[in-house]
Amino acid sequence: MIWNKAFECASRTEMRKLQSERLGKLVRYLWAKNPLYSKRFAEQGIKPGMIRDIRDIKKLPFTVKEDLRDSYPFALFTDYKNTTEIHVSSGTTGNPTVVGYTKEDLKLWSEVMARTLALAGAHPGDMIQVAYGYGLFTGGLGFHYGALEMGLKVLPTSSGVTKRQLKLMADFRPRLLACTPSYALYMLDEARALGLDPRNSSWEIGIFGAEPWSDPMRRQIEEAWGMAAYDVYGLSEIIGPGVAQECPAKCGLHLQWDVFFPEVIDPVSGQEVADGERGELVITTLTKRGIPLLRYRTRDLVSINYDRCSCGRTTPRISKIVGRTDDMIIVRGINVFPSQVEYVLLKIEGTAPHYLLVVDRKNNLDVLEVWVEVDQKMFSDEIKQLHALESRIKNEIDGVLGIDVTVKLVEPRTIERSEGKAKRVIDKRGLYS
Amino acid sequence: MTHIQLSVFLENKKGRLYDVCSALGKQGVNIRALTVAESDNFGVLRLLVKEPHAAAEWLKREGFVVNETEVVALEVDDKPGGLAKVLGAINKHHINVEYMYGFVEPLARKAIMVFRFDDPAAALTALKADHIKVITSKELGSI
Repeated sequence: MIWNKAFECASRTEMRKLQSERLGKLVRYLWAKNPLYSKRFAEQGIKPGMIRDIRDIKKLPFTVKEDLRDSYPFALFTDYKNTTEIHVSSGTTGNPTVVGYTKEDLKLWSEVMARTLALAGAHPGDMIQVAYGYGLFTGGLGFHYGALEMGLKVLPTSSGVTKRQLKLMADFRPRLLACTPSYALYMLDEARALGLDPRNSSWEIGIFGAEPWSDPMRRQIEEAWGMAAYDVYGLSEIIGPGVAQECPAKCGLHLQWDVFFPEVIDPVSGQEVADGERGELVITTLTKRGIPLLRYRTRDLVSINYDRCSCGRTTPRISKIVGRTDDMIIVRGINVFPSQVEYVLLKIEGTAPHYLLVVDRKNNLDVLEVWVEVDQKMFSDEIKQLHALESRIKNEIDGVLGIDVTVKLVEPRTIERSEGKAKRVIDKRGLYS
Repeated sequence: MTHIQLSVFLENKKGRLYDVCSALGKQGVNIRALTVAESDNFGVLRLLVKEPHAAAEWLKREGFVVNETEVVALEVDDKPGGLAKVLGAINKHHINVEYMYGFVEPLARKAIMVFRFDDPAAALTALKADHIKVITSKELGSI
């Protein structure tokens, strides 16, 4: 089902008109109510009257993660008085990022999450197991609100306590599962360790996000659990989950364009790239009240496609996140994204997607070590076979990355499993401290 | 007559050999023979135990990666030239040895060599023809 045909199936012309109106209103709102933005407008000579069309958005300044951190905790709140819910995302450096929602914002969130659930194939009355963390993280509550809006039965298990997750799944038979893709794989290990057959799971639909994952990883989850796995995209700065979601056509994530205006730019020059070209996703929250953001730099690398989808929706589709402008590590001058390594490993039969990149600097030279867990399927009793596997992984990674790496086979469960975002890189060079 | 040998993947990390042996000890599994093949970062521990399937399942549940491999155990006279005699027979039939290791049975003054052949069935036929004594499961169990 399509949750909101008026917006999800609108023509591009109709949508431009709506986006233009909403952008004008947003700029007037920020001009009047938000000291940071009104100061920036003044500095750059921007007057609300100059913003009449959505194309005028290019005249407006970008907003970056640091703007949120620097305004810790509430300086960027445009409507602090009417804020009804606050979420916080952990920061690896400095202050965490704080976001606030007014009642209208929570309604908006419920709406886009209901669209998200419908995109993945949920129907009112279905049961959903929400195994994203509840609490300060937006994943759990975002799915919760959407499920309430749609009229699903919510099983708010939150993340962790995997044995109980599996027991409740087996006993209650929920049709949908929402969690991070790495947690879906983690539960797989756990289910097998408990002697359960994952293919007998009740889950028919999985909605996975909050971290990058690849198509081979999707196939692994789908085959092992016997479910369809869909990608969800969101970030707490914009709203949390609900920004974009895959439909069963699995050819990109439908972005809710009536409320989140997307641009794809060259991360270096800041110029818009052509549709279909890879660049950094920039989002403007057209209707938010609590913390509306203008041209927020997500640091996620995607491409965008405005063609009508076979599912009937006209909403633009972004590609899976192909990398991060910041998770990217630079090794001997080469840009390396953990997803590239994951892609190679998933292609090689028998390797698990449990890997870790360890970057170090030895004698002033960057060295990249890739730790790969040995599992039952790939283990051979003969050292020479293990060496052959090691060098096959090494050659494939060298080929994709264009640099020389060292592969280290490690025992199962050596690499830390995460119930939230998986940690894929350890940088020992101390370049960013 | 072949035997099932367990092979366990081990990282070259302090205490891992202890972890395997202590897991087996807890489960009451007695180790008949053992050898470690090592490489730069990892090793493969090879073991002969009485009930290999049960022991393998147990080790997997404990989080180890375990393989079951078919090996052949041969009796060798515990005296100079004993091993050469057996290897001579293996050579003659062009049987390929992937690896081998030995242990001594003190009471019977016999040495036992464990062989991993690329083709165990062919190896057994050839050895039988040359009257090399192949150790049965029963005999191995009584050691």
